[in-house]
Amino acid sequence: MRTTTVSERLAANRFELDEEESHIHVDQELCRSTGTGRAIIAVCPAGVYSERDGEILVDYAACLECGTCRAVAAPGALTWHYPRGGFGVTFREG
Amino acid sequence: MTDAVEPDFDVIVVGAGPAGSVTAYRLAQQGLSVVLIERGEAPGAKNLSGGVLYGRVLDQVFPGFADEAPVERRITRHVTTFLTADSAVSLDYSSQRLAEPVNAVTVLRARFDPWLASKAEEAGVFLMAGVRVDALLTEQGPDGAPRVVGVRAGDDELRARVVVAADGVNSFLARDLGLRRTEPTNHLAVGVKTVLRLPRTAIEDRFGLTGDQGAAHAVVGDCTLGIGGGGFLYTNAESLSLGVVLRLDDLVRSGHTAIEVFEHFLEHPGLAPYVRDAEVLEYGSHLVAEGGADMVGTVATHGLVVVGEAAGLTINSGLTVRGMDLAIGSAIAAADAIVEAVAAGDVTATGLAGYRRRLEESFVLQDMATYARAPKFLERTGMYGAYGELAADVFHGVFGLDTTPRRHLLAVARQALKRSPVTVRQLMSDGWAGVRAL
Ligand SMILES: Cc1cc2nc3c(=O)[nH]c(=O)nc-3n(C[C@H](O)[C@H](O)[C@H](O)COP(=O)(O)OP(=O)(O)OC[C@H]3O[C@@H](n4cnc5c(N)ncnc54)[C@H](O)[C@@H]3O)c2cc1C
Ligand code: SF4
Repeated sequence: MRTTTVSERLAANRFELDEEESHIHVDQELCRSTGTGRAIIAVCPAGVYSERDGEILVDYAACLECGTCRAVAAPGALTWHYPRGGFGVTFREG
Repeated sequence: MTDAVEPDFDVIVVGAGPAGSVTAYRLAQQGLSVVLIERGEAPGAKNLSGGVLYGRVLDQVFPGFADEAPVERRITRHVTTFLTADSAVSLDYSSQRLAEPVNAVTVLRARFDPWLASKAEEAGVFLMAGVRVDALLTEQGPDGAPRVVGVRAGDDELRARVVVAADGVNSFLARDLGLRRTEPTNHLAVGVKTVLRLPRTAIEDRFGLTGDQGAAHAVVGDCTLGIGGGGFLYTNAESLSLGVVLRLDDLVRSGHTAIEVFEHFLEHPGLAPYVRDAEVLEYGSHLVAEGGADMVGTVATHGLVVVGEAAGLTINSGLTVRGMDLAIGSAIAAADAIVEAVAAGDVTATGLAGYRRRLEESFVLQDMATYARAPKFLERTGMYGAYGELAADVFHGVFGLDTTPRRHLLAVARQALKRSPVTVRQLMSDGWAGVRAL
């Protein structure tokens, strides 16, 4: 198999982007103090989170909606819910 | 309740996965009015699994389903592989007995789930897709405890006698009512998966299959860089499902990222002969409940029942992940209990208690109990690293003919064991724990 990067693999998917609202919000302060920032960057299979100058950046458009980040986050550090009905990733294989 | 608002439906089912669709189907079939609400633009749009459905329980609902449903292949070969960085030791089991009657099939959820939901629709269920349920509607019951009377989606409210939470592993509904706690991370794993396009003939040649036969490969060891979990490689009609399942506590501890581990597996030399020239069709991820029996909490309360993975019903034995068959089993139990409760006019926790009883009498909770020790057993790290090395060493001693005189298998094993960090005591204790857990 040809080696692929995560963005190449994500490009094979279909996404319906909700331009009006993000379904993910981070509390920068709590992300720093609880180590949540580091944990969510590590566990996210879509590379949604990254860090620049101590800030956690969120590329919510690439989210696969697994809920893994939410499961490792310290209370309050991350607000995560499903995108609005019909928006987000649409699996054609599953 | 004399002044109760007349409900819009007898039952609202939230989530059109296997648990939700089968519950809805059986309720409608027994004459109840049912709405099935799904947040994906169509059923299955948000769903993903490894893909092996142990189908005997679905056969009870739809006899001969494998001939009608969009199934990929019929699994007649199970291969279990211990991988190290440079070798693979496999146990290969194939049997025609698995084909007739069909034991397991591979499915792709984006095709399979719509079929299940269409069966529910044919039985009279009203399907509302593209709608996210935001919250449960509750009222104070006669005894002061909250009772569920419906759901809220955006500005809309729908009322029913009973709400079924079939909303999967993240179940916001069960959580909101306090039926599910915040799960410790050793009870959860993340599954990362890709589907690879490969011509039918290439699949048959590489996996030793003919016609609609299928193979399921379970992989442990180096494929997860020693992180608790494992890898899978399943055959579909014209594609492969390939992925890893990683326990969250171990993943966070390991210092690796999920992406790194997945790519390590994807590029593993042990896998290369199977995936050569295959093209990525899709990339996805999903959480898996792994807590076993410990994770199953209250499954019925006033006006609400919880089915499938929302109730924590998944078994990860290390070599198989089972959730779809348990979801279907719980759906059967829930639907029959709801019909009984509605007929009796008592949809309180007491009226719905038949659900738990039915679960206990069926294979669902019995299998959960049988595998109750599996999560603890799988936390023993030897399973993922040292054992693969040990097995590889033993086989290298047997097959690696380097012109030095051969020794007896037992001596080879003894020497391999000496080199391995695994002690005889640990091997025996893990072996015994394994027999008891699995
Ligand atoms: C990587 C991986 C491999 C697996 N391998 C296997 C396997 O080989 N065999 C097997 O049997 N099981 C496997 N499983 C487990 C299996 O996928 C699940 O146990 C099964 O899908 C659970 O079914 P369910 O109907 O309970 O939930 P789901 O299939 O998750 O369905 C829940 C549904 O609810 C919808 N929903 C959620 N919230 C809302 C809301 N608020 N409003 C409206 N709709 C909502 C979702 O969109 C979804 O359609 C695997 C899981 C993973 C992640
Ligand atoms: S839900 Fe999954 S894919 Fe989305 S941001 Fe969280 S970890 Fe990443």
